[in-house]
Amino acid sequence: MHRNGRLLHPAAWWLWALGLAYAAMRTNNAILLLAIVCVAGVVVSTRRGPAPWANAYSLLLKLGALTVVVTMLLQLLLGVRTPGHVLVHLPSAPLPHWAGGISIGGDVSAEAMLNAFVSGLRLAVLIACFGAANALAHPARLVRIMPAALYEVGVAIVVAMTIVPQLAESVVRVRAAQRLRGRRVTGLSGLRGILVPVLELALERAIALAASMDSRGYGRRAEQPPAVRRFAGGGVLLGLGAAVVGTYQLISGGGQRLGVGLLAGGTLVALAAGFVAGRRTRRTRYRPDQWRAAEWLVLGCGVLVALSYALAVHDPLAAGVALEWPPLRPLPFVATLVAALPAVATPEPPGLAPRGHAAVRSVQIAALEESVRA
Amino acid sequence: MIDFTNVSITYSGASSPVLRGVTLHVPEGELCLVIGATGSGKSSLLGAVNGLVPHFTGGRLSGSVTVAGRNTRDHPPRELADVVGVVGQNPSASFLADTVEDELAYTMESLGLAADVMRRRVEDTLDLLGLVALRDRAVATLSGGEAQRVAIGAVLTAHPQILVLDEPTSALDPAAAEDVLAALQRLVHDLGMTVLLAEHRLERVVQHADSVVWLPGDGTAVRGTPAQIMAHSPITPPIVSLGRELAWTPLPLTVRDARIPGRRLREVLPPEPPTDPPRIPGAILAETRALTVRYGGVLALRRAGFVAREGEIVAVMGRNGAGKSSLLAALTGLLKPAEGQVRIAGRDPRELRGRELTSHVGLVPQQPGDLLYAETVHAECAAADRDARAPRGTAGGLLHRIAGALDLDLHPRDLSEGQRLALALAVVLTSAPPLVLLDEPTRGLDYPAKERLVHTLVGLAGAGHAVVLATHDVELAAEVSTRTVVLAGGEIVADGPSRQVVTQSPVFAPQIAKVLAPLPYLTVRDVRRALAAVPG
Repeated sequence: MHRNGRLLHPAAWWLWALGLAYAAMRTNNAILLLAIVCVAGVVVSTRRGPAPWANAYSLLLKLGALTVVVTMLLQLLLGVRTPGHVLVHLPSAPLPHWAGGISIGGDVSAEAMLNAFVSGLRLAVLIACFGAANALAHPARLVRIMPAALYEVGVAIVVAMTIVPQLAESVVRVRAAQRLRGRRVTGLSGLRGILVPVLELALERAIALAASMDSRGYGRRAEQPPAVRRFAGGGVLLGLGAAVVGTYQLISGGGQRLGVGLLAGGTLVALAAGFVAGRRTRRTRYRPDQWRAAEWLVLGCGVLVALSYALAVHDPLAAGVALEWPPLRPLPFVATLVAALPAVATPEPPGLAPRGHAAVRSVQIAALEESVRA
Repeated sequence: MIDFTNVSITYSGASSPVLRGVTLHVPEGELCLVIGATGSGKSSLLGAVNGLVPHFTGGRLSGSVTVAGRNTRDHPPRELADVVGVVGQNPSASFLADTVEDELAYTMESLGLAADVMRRRVEDTLDLLGLVALRDRAVATLSGGEAQRVAIGAVLTAHPQILVLDEPTSALDPAAAEDVLAALQRLVHDLGMTVLLAEHRLERVVQHADSVVWLPGDGTAVRGTPAQIMAHSPITPPIVSLGRELAWTPLPLTVRDARIPGRRLREVLPPEPPTDPPRIPGAILAETRALTVRYGGVLALRRAGFVAREGEIVAVMGRNGAGKSSLLAALTGLLKPAEGQVRIAGRDPRELRGRELTSHVGLVPQQPGDLLYAETVHAECAAADRDARAPRGTAGGLLHRIAGALDLDLHPRDLSEGQRLALALAVVLTSAPPLVLLDEPTRGLDYPAKERLVHTLVGLAGAGHAVVLATHDVELAAEVSTRTVVLAGGEIVADGPSRQVVTQSPVFAPQIAKVLAPLPYLTVRDVRRALAAVPG
């Protein structure tokens, strides 16, 4: 039997990626960092969906590599000169005192370069984790699980995401048309000739979209007094805002009690408002993402990584790394490898089914070609 | 099912109503075709069915429109979404979700249907329209025909009793159009759905219709059986024109009907239609040698060798995505060949810039509006004159010759499709390029506009221009082209005199050729001229 796989719940993947990202933030051990990025890569390559945005990982991986290079270049040209094994001596220019120890050129030590590499790598791994989350579960699918009160926001996001590629396409079309009329396609006058038709096209499209939404039942809803509606919408935003501030307080190590209070209270307010607003919308959800054993597994892996790094890794991030081969730490390393488990232990994503229709068409074409050639 | 009672529609700012006192009844389970010239009110009539006119478009509607017992006065479009499904002219502009499956479910989600019902209906619709293989595809990656069927599916899942479609096949190649029409036919026959359909390409749809509503253009509407309307309408597909000209009764609407009275005609006609004296092929104006073009990783053209000579009209045909537009784009230097060469008057078009390019080659793109960006028709013509360093009034004169008198103060976007095409063509012709390319020129054109286009193109070829048109319109190709090139999968699979190429292929054969096969007659004009030459 052909097993038509399923896509996992987007929240599971995003939490898993968050776990990896947290781990990357805790360490400056190059082996662990590379292990994290490899694990993310393995899981993405086996469990990403068929959609075009599934290339996000490789795209952001390249961006990450660029980050490493840029960080090291910056360190080479201007940076804090840590003493150590001098690699090269660059001609230097003194900077005034207020520059805070930063200098242009001077002695570049191997330690400084290694530190730059590791901090660049850490940033690159963070970016890669974000890319992995995007590739495994597009943000649009996250939008789908938002509370009903934020439904309108979700629609706006989805529509915006479809408009961007179309806008790019109209720019190409209009540029081509300008060339066909023998006009300049560069410079200020060229810009106007491109901007006006592109905006007109976008406007036409927006009107067509609005008509389509209207005739397809968007905005059918149960009656609710406007005051309640406003309370619900405002409440959700306010609550979420408070929760975000609370989380920040907790992470930054500010007022712990204040942080917990804001987080809990904000979440409660958002949930209550979401419930009230949800009663207004009569919308239902087609094939809502399900939370089953595989999702628990993915979440468990993410939590395991985060926990083992929280307990076992106490890298002095500010002090930098010594010029030596980084030590292999068994517990976090094994935990990181375990996080690759979803690559094999979760259901496969639905692949691109063989395109039956296209196959039929190609037979038709073949017949046609034959008859034409005959 | 659909009842119009004394309906008049006047848009704000318009001096006269688009529809005037229309009373119309479309019973349940009927496929009703709406025909009429551009501007006769087809879109307004369709829009009024689900209340988009006037709730969304504005304007004034008097009288009453009742669909499935609901008056559109009290029910805005969203409250009619469960009984009327609307598919617009450009389906990909109406997509609201990012994958095919979610798109199919959208309307049902708005209606608040239960999850298990939605699941079942999506599966049913995927099967009904042959979309199973596309279920996980992103809607942005669909081809024209696929997008059209997904758009139909997306409104079908709500189980509407009425389906309204505005030109569902105008952008499709003949095979894809057949797919869509077959799907509609099934909905009407198997599910008893009422379908209201506007279409310019009558040769594709009239045989599927149960009734026809004809909008003569004065705001009234005439409803009748296809045979009744076709007997009097000035807009007819070629088979009907032939039947009317030869006074065949009953009037044939399909190729099969026409072949019976056609038997006698085949006996009378000479084996070859009288043709114009063969023109001496002129100089080569454009040429590609072993041209390969890659477009976003896809091979759009594969070692294509193509030639266009003075005085020729070449029709480039093939399915959606066969490489027609790529060939035209390469001839204007818009695409970089991966391999091979393109030569326009001996030069690479990619090296030509500005006036040098426009005086060698002109292209009217699929959306002629892309070429236009002035605020009025008059300003557009003036700009064209300036760009081409042509004497003032050149573009205006060309426009007048192509489209007749036009209101020069209109915004180009307010013109009808045909008028906009005429304006774009006039702009292109102002710099008198020997090579004129047109991409899908008859999309959205009514028959009179098409006739004017045919006249213009024949005139251009007579004056020594080479005309190349990429088109799905087999009737247009039969009417004007001297040579036909068929592309499939980026390769040129046929290249020869039109009469030979199109009569050999059932997909690209015009209606008259099918009726009179095996005789190589393509158009009503061919038959008329042959009969005039036959004594007695």
